[in-house]
Amino acid sequence: MTMKSSTRQVDGVTIVDLSGRITLGEGSVVLRDTVRDLLSKGHKKILLNLGDVNYIDSSGIGELVSAYTTSKNQGGELKLLNLTKKVHDLLQITKLYTVFDVKDDEANAVKAFSK
Amino acid sequence: MSGNRVSYTLDSTLETVNSAEETAGRMAAEAGFDDEDVMKISMAVREAAVNAVMHGNAYSPGKKVTLAFERTAHDLVITIRDQGAGLDASKIPDPLAPENLMKTSGRGIFLIRSFMDVVEIHPSQSGTELKMIKHVHGSAADSKEASQ
Repeated sequence: MTMKSSTRQVDGVTIVDLSGRITLGEGSVVLRDTVRDLLSKGHKKILLNLGDVNYIDSSGIGELVSAYTTSKNQGGELKLLNLTKKVHDLLQITKLYTVFDVKDDEANAVKAFSK
Repeated sequence: MSGNRVSYTLDSTLETVNSAEETAGRMAAEAGFDDEDVMKISMAVREAAVNAVMHGNAYSPGKKVTLAFERTAHDLVITIRDQGAGLDASKIPDPLAPENLMKTSGRGIFLIRSFMDVVEIHPSQSGTELKMIKHVHGSAADSKEASQ
């Protein structure tokens, strides 16, 4: 299954709802293009909703890191929402869980962005 | 089932990566692994296939990837071989080191080692052979007991 991405705005935060697989190839490209497009349009508060992401490989992990650092370097903020157990475990063993700002409640995640 | 071996010769393409992952998942399930181990094995094989296709063979149409599964009494043994320049495992940076933590690549071998019980990397001038073993009953102790 390929990855799908859709965006919505909530209180100045762009929520990106992702579903499917973030893997080498199409999934990673969709994530990269989505984040770059948002940043280029000035949307610098990005919440990646990974609730329906059922699989991620090392390339996908790399894309998450890239999205995070690209956002930060452009003065933005990127947080992760609703990690599945698989993605949670992968971020734990790669020691990235504490690097990312991970949330499990959308309303609280939106409030957590700087005003 | 003991001693069964099946091997595939595959092109150096992204389709091979997906195919290797799917085949590994099927083989692991048939070998009796639970869902979590099936996921770990299929992901390890996916990462190994990515290394073989992308880093080893550099997507070269003239180079092939060989993938083999062997089911022994106690193990699922998976071997993946490329025709690249040979991977020097000693030069792979530690992805958990603070200076590497935010790198966007370099986690494949680490994940393979995390998910499999035994991982051997055999580089040569004709390519790299990566051998991965998962004990059927999930622990090294089982195979040690069996070999005594």
